[in-house]
Amino acid sequence: MTKKTPAIPATLLKSPTGITGLDEITGGGLPTGRPTLVSGSAGCGKTMLGMEFLVRGATQFGEPGVFMMFEENAKELTDNVRSLGFDLDELVGQKKIVLDHVQIERSEIEETGEYDLEGLFIRLGHAIDSIGAKRVVLDTVEALFAGLPNHAILRAELRRLFRWLKDRGMTAVITGEKGEASITRYGLEEYVADCVITLDHRVAEQICTRRLRVVKYRGTVHGTNEYPFIIGERGLSVLPITSLTLDHKASAERIPTGVAGLDDMLGGQGVYRGSSVLVTGSAGTGKSSISAKFAETACRRGERTLLFAYEESSEQLLRNMRSIGIDLAPWVEQGLLQIHCSRPSMHGLEQHLVMMHDTVLAFRPGVVVVDPISNLTVNNSETEVKPTLMRLIDFLKKLQITSLFTSLTTGGTATSAPEDTQFGVSSLMDTWLLLRNVEFNGERNRLIYVLKSRGMAHSNQVREFLMSDAGIDLRPVYLGGDRVLTGTARVAQETQERAAAELRAQDHERKMRRLAAKRKALEAQIAALQAEGEAEEAEVTFTIAQETLLNSAMLQNADAMSQLRGGPKGDNGQAKGKP
Amino acid sequence: MIEPAEYELRLYVAGQTAKSLAAFANLKRICETHLAGQYRIEVIDLTKTPALAAGDQIFAVPTLVRRLPEPIKKIIGDLSNEERVLVGLDVQPVMETS
Repeated sequence: MTKKTPAIPATLLKSPTGITGLDEITGGGLPTGRPTLVSGSAGCGKTMLGMEFLVRGATQFGEPGVFMMFEENAKELTDNVRSLGFDLDELVGQKKIVLDHVQIERSEIEETGEYDLEGLFIRLGHAIDSIGAKRVVLDTVEALFAGLPNHAILRAELRRLFRWLKDRGMTAVITGEKGEASITRYGLEEYVADCVITLDHRVAEQICTRRLRVVKYRGTVHGTNEYPFIIGERGLSVLPITSLTLDHKASAERIPTGVAGLDDMLGGQGVYRGSSVLVTGSAGTGKSSISAKFAETACRRGERTLLFAYEESSEQLLRNMRSIGIDLAPWVEQGLLQIHCSRPSMHGLEQHLVMMHDTVLAFRPGVVVVDPISNLTVNNSETEVKPTLMRLIDFLKKLQITSLFTSLTTGGTATSAPEDTQFGVSSLMDTWLLLRNVEFNGERNRLIYVLKSRGMAHSNQVREFLMSDAGIDLRPVYLGGDRVLTGTARVAQETQERAAAELRAQDHERKMRRLAAKRKALEAQIAALQAEGEAEEAEVTFTIAQETLLNSAMLQNADAMSQLRGGPKGDNGQAKGKP
Repeated sequence: MIEPAEYELRLYVAGQTAKSLAAFANLKRICETHLAGQYRIEVIDLTKTPALAAGDQIFAVPTLVRRLPEPIKKIIGDLSNEERVLVGLDVQPVMETS
């Protein structure tokens, strides 16, 4: 493998620092063969940055380096960076790094006449030559200002030094103490004009956050924002948003949440593996219960699960969850579940992040639950929380870890929209479940709904969220008229409805019966009328018959009479006795 | 035969520059005047032996190091100011008038 050297570099050549995030911000590293000024106040991590630049250069990029320190001695430095996992003794032994401590004791130095800093040049040159160094770190060269009263000489010599480093093609990091109004106290930025990085160390609400900013980077584009960074067990880690290369795999596998009703709401199958779930809600809405259930379900599947609890101790959590039928203790004993409890105020957000990072890397879980993230963000502004959490979520996604975060929404009044979570992390989440308390009719009831769930059909319905010693259950709420009823109101309403339905049924029956009776009555009436008709008919027929009979009888009678009288046959039909 | 000199001095220089030559000349003169017979000077050219620079914590040249008597004292510069050199070496000046 040969190093590719383009004939004409499109942009400035850069030397990667190997520091997580910094290379992304600077677009590849520090300018090769040029000095970079790193300034900041005491304790902000200048030395660590320089050291990591050197160690990574020596171990990862095959560029040995010289660390010239003016404040600490070699042993102190070695001890200090051992906490980052850097073994300087070994690297020195392998001739990859040279440590040179320049001690300037003001009390034993007398100054008289002309001099220059050639001695320093010779030392540095000797150190560089002894290992073929490509990188140089001068840790607080400004200490010279305190040691040497003649600043005119010093300034001229420093200018020469930086020039000399450039001529020798050294990629150098020069650290400087932050000044009152200038970038460095002694105006080193005047001499180091290629790249300037400032480090900051701010305490807000008693919790400190480190920040890094690339103030200037001649001849290249770079991120100009302030980025929070951490000094963790693996060295520096800058959190640039731009480092989020959105290229993690998207699993099509679905994993159940453990709450059957909730899975139904999420397209019947639960959430995607490797996705992030946010559960928000005000106090006492059941966020922890959902997260515990989620963790338990993951354990049941045999997945390693990591639970970060920031509100309850491990014992308390186990006890409380047992009360709703979630027994986590066996999983802890089996080693499938790890519970990490700490007070959020113990560290700054960044420290928590580092801790999570390390724990996740060590435990390699399939599911991570953070309960709640809002506690982590108590003392932090949105601007820093978001990139930090984004970083965490991204990190988990890269490892295909399904994550569930709960977040306490403050206020929780009906007037504030539930979408207003306090730090805008919701946009980072794939699935967002919202829990709400509804106070009505003398009781509080819990509601749950799916605010969003990327990439799956999900219910738009509000469900009632029930917790009992049998576990968690979801019920459809009563939606009638313009009201949403839950809890006993829902039960009462349901009972009422049932009663009403029964009543209606009875009513129908009664009506039918009445109808039948009426019909019967009518039929009887019809029969009676018919009978009456028949009777009348019979009577009429009888009368007619009688009269016919009478008539014929009279005729016969008349005939007989006329015969008897022998007279002519009378015209009148009346046959009446004697005339 | 060589007795340990009371004043053991080392002059660090970087090549034969005007400053280093001046420093050596100045030192020689001052020592002869005020420390006759009690001193020894060792000149170290760092361009030839750069590894020695770290040992005595040299960063400026010329630097005069008083290794003996202890404590170690350092004087940087071309030693043009005799008074300052004497203060730096903690030497009582020999009075010219007798």
